Amino acid sequence: MKSVVAENLVKTYRNGAVRALDDLSLDVEEGTVLSVLGPNGAGKTTLVRVLSTLLEPDSGHATVGGIDVIKNPKGVRQIIGLSGQYAAVDETLTGWDNLVMFGQLYHLSGEQAKQRATELLAQFSLTDAARRPIKTFSGGMRRRLDLAASLIIRPKVLFLDEPTTGLDPRGRMEMWGVIEGLVREGVTLLLTTQYLEEADQLADDIVVVDRGKVIARGTSDHLKDQVGGERIEIVVAEANIDVAKEIIERVTQGHATVDSGLRKISVPVLDGTQSLVAVIRSFDEAGIHALDLALKRPSLDDVFLSLTGHIAEEEVPAEPGKKKKGARS
Amino acid sequence: MNGIHDALIITKRQLLQLTRVPEVLIFTTIQPVMFVLLFRYVFGGLGVGIKGGYVQLLMPGIFVQTVAFTLAATAQGLAQDMEKGLIDRFRSLPIARSAVVFGRTLGDGLPNVVVLLVMGLTGFIVGWRPTSGALHIFLGFLMLLFFGYSLSWAGIFAGLISKDARVVANVSFLFIFPLTFLSNAFASTTSMPKALQYFAEWNPVSTMVAAARQLFGFHNTFGVTAHSLPSEHPIQTSLVYMVLIMAIFIPLSVRRYKSANSR
Repeated sequence: MKSVVAENLVKTYRNGAVRALDDLSLDVEEGTVLSVLGPNGAGKTTLVRVLSTLLEPDSGHATVGGIDVIKNPKGVRQIIGLSGQYAAVDETLTGWDNLVMFGQLYHLSGEQAKQRATELLAQFSLTDAARRPIKTFSGGMRRRLDLAASLIIRPKVLFLDEPTTGLDPRGRMEMWGVIEGLVREGVTLLLTTQYLEEADQLADDIVVVDRGKVIARGTSDHLKDQVGGERIEIVVAEANIDVAKEIIERVTQGHATVDSGLRKISVPVLDGTQSLVAVIRSFDEAGIHALDLALKRPSLDDVFLSLTGHIAEEEVPAEPGKKKKGARS
Repeated sequence: MNGIHDALIITKRQLLQLTRVPEVLIFTTIQPVMFVLLFRYVFGGLGVGIKGGYVQLLMPGIFVQTVAFTLAATAQGLAQDMEKGLIDRFRSLPIARSAVVFGRTLGDGLPNVVVLLVMGLTGFIVGWRPTSGALHIFLGFLMLLFFGYSLSWAGIFAGLISKDARVVANVSFLFIFPLTFLSNAFASTTSMPKALQYFAEWNPVSTMVAAARQLFGFHNTFGVTAHSLPSEHPIQTSLVYMVLIMAIFIPLSVRRYKSANSR
């Protein structure tokens, strides 16, 4: 069964000058995780806002848990959880105050709301900080509390809009751990992200969006094959560049490119690790010392370059008035 | 009723904020107290001819100015909630769409009870003596609270259409200050140029000040509009103004809230 279905969604801003959603369709199978991958301004946030009933599309249809988001928004709100790009909680109140308040707004009794708050704080490792104002929380803690607030009623479908944007690496790892836990419990999740790595880590399926359109869909392996897999990057001393390039091309049978400024040689490979070992062995035989070497997996930039022919542009107009805030940690 | 329950949870949130950051209520109270003292002792000499002194004329004026500031507080608080994405979260919950805005106006109006009480006591210490009896004094304060509440709906609308909390607070004061000073709140309108007198005496702030003075047992002085509706019936005129403000801004605000785009 499909838990989320979006059909031909269109949403324009500034009298049609900006097509945030341009005939976008996708669906999420019940109990699975779909990652919507795209750069800033691709329409990810607009999509989440439409699916979570915050925004009406200009045209198209969408259902969540079989309920129409336009005809019965209140019904949808009863089964979804939403956690946005910024921690949407009351910062002057404590974590505990916030969770109890949201529990009561979900019409739990005072006792039930308190019990649920206690459970969630424990689940998200926030029990010790529960009585402190959110203002004193780290960025990662805020996001976890925000996520906890979206789980009060154990939603059937959860929307996470860039859950780790702006977090430091540690905060990101913690958040991934939390999300993986939820996935194991079987929640249906639609998650947006700018990071291929994140989509890879958390999602069953990935949809790549650009300028309001779906430009690719598949598993992460499927997408990577389309992109052309991995690359070996090697930095050598300036005197060795020409010889090294020759060796690399001979061993990998690929076409290597050289960045002479960085003294970096880069070549696409199919069997990453094996090729890397073969290159190192040949270098040893030739007596060339590699200053730095890496096996690079394709990044979002690579995905975009190969799927769209243009790089992921930051300056594509975002939603109106949308503020680009930095990391709040 | 679920809608009322939801609104009260929002109100409770704001009262809880006051207990978590008590400085906010302390300073919103200190400011008007300071106004009372400054005006009482700086302009005290103005009321030479007034029975009981300038402080009798001043206190209702300062009460009204203070509750009118609620407009800015509401606008700023709501704009902040929009900025932080909190309004998005509220809108994604299965609650009545009017609950958040109703809850906030109530949450911003209730602290005025404390503020007015402290101001009233300060006024008493510096010589304010309402002469109308307990019931009328009570009705006077009730009306002041209601005046602040109705203005807070204009604040809701301002907060919803603005994009920046600090800007909307400043803009609100750009309206509130001329309204409170182009009125009979601190000086008699009779000394103003004629055109301003008309404005000042029909100004809702003036009618409210006149209504409060009447309820506290003090006689107003009127200029060119001495026999006009606001001068003859300040209480009724003020009530009509309040109902009018709410009749305009409640539907506008609820409508706006439904499609509020935080970011």
